Amino acid sequence: MSEKFIKRENASEESAAMRPAVNVVEDATGITLYADLPGVPKEKLSIHVEGDNLILEGELEINSPPNMEAIHAEVDLSRYRRVFTLSRELDGDKVSAGFRHGVLELRIPKAEHAQPRRIVVQAT
Amino acid sequence: MHYRGIFPRDLFSELERLQREFDGSPSIRGAAPGYPAMNVGTTPKSVEVYAFAPGMTPEEFDVQVENGVLTISGECKDIVPPEGATIHIGEHFSGRFRRVVSLPDDIEPNSTTASYRDGVLHVCVARREAAQSRRISVQ
Repeated sequence: MSEKFIKRENASEESAAMRPAVNVVEDATGITLYADLPGVPKEKLSIHVEGDNLILEGELEINSPPNMEAIHAEVDLSRYRRVFTLSRELDGDKVSAGFRHGVLELRIPKAEHAQPRRIVVQAT
Repeated sequence: MHYRGIFPRDLFSELERLQREFDGSPSIRGAAPGYPAMNVGTTPKSVEVYAFAPGMTPEEFDVQVENGVLTISGECKDIVPPEGATIHIGEHFSGRFRRVVSLPDDIEPNSTTASYRDGVLHVCVARREAAQSRRISVQ
């Protein structure tokens, strides 16, 4: 058996998680992050900022019948986790979030001092 | 690890995955099993199919059972960034998708139900009574 497989089996709770697909878009006033977290109800979603890190976590809740026998599984872990490093100009205290149909939309604004300013070029 | 218990990663699929990973010539359709990811399970009374397709609305799915085959298709719209914005990471699937599951012989296609919750499409196809095992009482 390969090392990878053994590692996976012995992996701590921390690493046994799926990595959600994301889209990250930046505009002049901030960053918008979209994360795919299908199967996660709103109550099982957690977003927190620790220092420079933005941590996304979610637990799946699929109410399958108790007597069901799995015959094919592509989603075989019960949680998602992904960590991003926020750069200094982003304001981690002002993150806002929306969650709909398994897609998380996070808005991280740029700090006041990092907002774009138009510099008027003076004619001399 | 409740969910893992329901869908255990069996040894054969793990070996298959390892083989795919080490194979020098991957399939022309790529190594990924396709979008959306799917789980399939059975109970004595039904076949349960779960498709992980976030960001859709129920109307955007086309679910059909025909000749013992379940087809799930639809189109996942792209997230359109506002003008002047920069895309740093673009992993979200967009475009048309179609996945097919062969069903067992004993299904009752007319009593198929589908629901969409938290980004997961759940299709439940009933199985015929006759196929369900009955306990025979011994006289």
